[in-house]
Amino acid sequence: MKNQSNQLSKLLLGSLAALVLLLSSCGKANQGSASGALSGNAASKVYVAPGQYDEFYAFMSGGFSGQIAAYGLPSGRLLKVIPVFSVDPEKGYGFNEETKPLLNTSHGFIPWDDAHHPALSQTNGETDGRWIFINGNNTPRLARIDLTTFETAEILEIPNSGGNHSSPYLTQNTEYVVAGTRFSVPIPQKDVAISSYAENFKGALSFVKVEPNTGRMNIEFQVLMPALNFDLASSGKGPSHGWTFFTSYNSEMKNSLLEVNASQNDKDFVAAVNWKKAEEYLKAGKAKDFPANYMHNVYSDETHMATSTAMKSVKVLIPSECPGLVYLLPTPKSPHGVDVDPTGEYIVCSGKLSADITAHSFPKMLKAIEDKAFDGEVGGVPILKFESVLGGTVKEPGLGPLHTEFDGKGNAYTSFFISSEIVKWKVGTWEVIDRQPTYYSIGHLMVPGGNSMKPEGKYVVALNKITKDRYLPTGPELTQSAQLYSIDGDKMELLLDFPTIGEPHYAQGISASKIKPKSKQFFKLSENKHPYVTPTEKDAKVVREGNVVRVYMTTIRSHFMPDNIEGIRVGDKVYFHVTNLEQDFDVPHGFAVMGANNAELLIMPGQTETLLWEPKSVGVIPMYCTDFCSALHQEMQGYIRVSPAGSATALRWWLGDEKPVQ
Amino acid sequence: MFFIAAALMLTLFVFPMWQITLIAPQYPQGVTMYIWINKITGSEEGTLQNINILNHYVGMKYIEPDSIPELKYFPIVVAAMSLLGMALAFTGRWKWWMGWLILGLIGCGLGLYDFYLWEYDYGHNLSPTAPIKIPGMAYQPPLIGNKMLLNFMAKSWPYIGGWFIGGTFILGGIAVWLQKRNTPIA
Repeated sequence: MKNQSNQLSKLLLGSLAALVLLLSSCGKANQGSASGALSGNAASKVYVAPGQYDEFYAFMSGGFSGQIAAYGLPSGRLLKVIPVFSVDPEKGYGFNEETKPLLNTSHGFIPWDDAHHPALSQTNGETDGRWIFINGNNTPRLARIDLTTFETAEILEIPNSGGNHSSPYLTQNTEYVVAGTRFSVPIPQKDVAISSYAENFKGALSFVKVEPNTGRMNIEFQVLMPALNFDLASSGKGPSHGWTFFTSYNSEMKNSLLEVNASQNDKDFVAAVNWKKAEEYLKAGKAKDFPANYMHNVYSDETHMATSTAMKSVKVLIPSECPGLVYLLPTPKSPHGVDVDPTGEYIVCSGKLSADITAHSFPKMLKAIEDKAFDGEVGGVPILKFESVLGGTVKEPGLGPLHTEFDGKGNAYTSFFISSEIVKWKVGTWEVIDRQPTYYSIGHLMVPGGNSMKPEGKYVVALNKITKDRYLPTGPELTQSAQLYSIDGDKMELLLDFPTIGEPHYAQGISASKIKPKSKQFFKLSENKHPYVTPTEKDAKVVREGNVVRVYMTTIRSHFMPDNIEGIRVGDKVYFHVTNLEQDFDVPHGFAVMGANNAELLIMPGQTETLLWEPKSVGVIPMYCTDFCSALHQEMQGYIRVSPAGSATALRWWLGDEKPVQ
Repeated sequence: MFFIAAALMLTLFVFPMWQITLIAPQYPQGVTMYIWINKITGSEEGTLQNINILNHYVGMKYIEPDSIPELKYFPIVVAAMSLLGMALAFTGRWKWWMGWLILGLIGCGLGLYDFYLWEYDYGHNLSPTAPIKIPGMAYQPPLIGNKMLLNFMAKSWPYIGGWFIGGTFILGGIAVWLQKRNTPIA
């Protein structure tokens, strides 16, 4: 009996095992055919041999990491993580005295933000590789990153905004980057009942002018819109240049349980702003000066430091006083993406609760305005008749359309969050050509240059919100992902999956040849205008001003000058102004002090950076170079003697035999 | 023609006469130092500093152009020689030309010997406190040619100015030969 049951259980176990095997192999087979990556020569298409370069740079927003990650495509190799709205102890960003001002706001120092949509600068509707802009969603900000250094060069706070989401979406010559508010808020802010939303709240659309040579940003004007929630934006191209289109939701104007209350109307609005008209009104003196508090932070590669300027007012245009400035285009339903195609004719709207993709026609919109084909108004802004602006509809392509990019060959690629796929369709005929699944829940997608007039339509990258079982698990928090598809042929082909930094909301891609030749190798020491630069070892010194001690220090392989310092006292504020004297590329030096409530410095050749250290107890404190700089990197170290407060220990410093070397 | 040959010498003020290139895995593009008649420069602004940084590990002296007196008086010698040659060109006397060429060759030989002495000094006269000491190792770059020095391949070759000097003697020699043929035997 016992034997029998044993045999039976063995048999059962055996068949179970077989079943499991069968199932798992089925699963694998399914996955294989679905991904397409096992068929054909996908691997060779993404293989970039050691020492070879990728064809494209991809810049992916880090979402709630506040960063931008630069990748190479097609390999998916991570090249650099650029801190923007974040602090980064690795680079000392937000820790050293030079970069702290970049994170200043009217609310004080804010070390974090939610970075969503990178936008490469454009000239004549084509990416030019000069700068990349990105929005800070939480505390409304806009940042500019310099693509010669891959570092944050400027951060501008956006006043009268409640979340900078529909941003930066710049114009075809980078005349403007825009900043549409996600939340409507009282403008100016005041203490009112939240339920007075429809009456007291306004939504500001900011137009930030970009100085063509320096890239410097300045809020040129804001358009004060009714209490809508603005989502994304797209600036016109070619014939539609001069207009910017913003999607909005919550045309119901509710302030609570929005997932239900803002999903009732069949149509919401795309706001079409004629910014050339706005410039005319501005010139005619129609703008009102509104008091506002916001910070403008600019970093200089000459002084190697950022400065903050407090700004006090902003120019505001009121649509009811400026006829022809803005129109509302009814659009099904809670639209997310709004994307002007490369010809500038169609404005493709992805109504995320709609079954269709709606494309408005720019020429029809102009005609409707001319014919005054209005269908009421909201807060003084005319609504155009839906039928009079509709250019075409892609019928039932999928569920939850979010965002569309173009390949320059007449095709569009739309991401579908709910049905988790990319759908390729033809602009003009509105027919679906192909669909490919994504793993899983794609948000935005990106074709290099796919939002410009000249897409480089070789790949589309899916930016996925959820990965579930796609990678080795890492506890409860899993990576988000990017997926690379070839779009050379009629059918899209999945080539590669790779993890991303933070949540990649949107990305930009560009031919490496537009950036690589301009990439800076190091800073010229002779051009260093930092106020505390130490241009040679002979200039190194330690200066006391009350309880402030300034150490003018240099680094070169493989020593600090000075590397022994005495005469520091408990209670001092010690500023180490460290200049890296190296003039060769890829020779940074690091600097760290034991017990400093701070990060390290990571100083590029020719640069000066400052670490603040406030010694709290008596002793001899080690300091050293943190970046493996040379064969004698380990020896690149020194001591700082800390004496009691008020002690008479003389201020002395040296290198080598108590006298400067060289 | 002899005039041109003598004038070619002046190109030394326009082009470097010699180059020394160091190549190692960490320096894929190489580090190149150019030796002029009156200065020492690099392929980039920081090259000399970078070479000095590399050299200091093995205790070589800093290369400081200001401390090399030859860079001050060689230009005078070269300018004088060139002017003399150009003046002699008008005499049309091939024997004088010949003499000038021989003088020039001796001068070049002495210059190269001087260069060798400097190289020897830099390569052998090492600091007793050098971080890296390898018994029996010297770091003298080749006078002309390629040589491995630890992890570096050192290449030492004439550069544009040097090629023109070669041109001086070739052209000068031809001028002498032609002139001699055309001169009736007295």
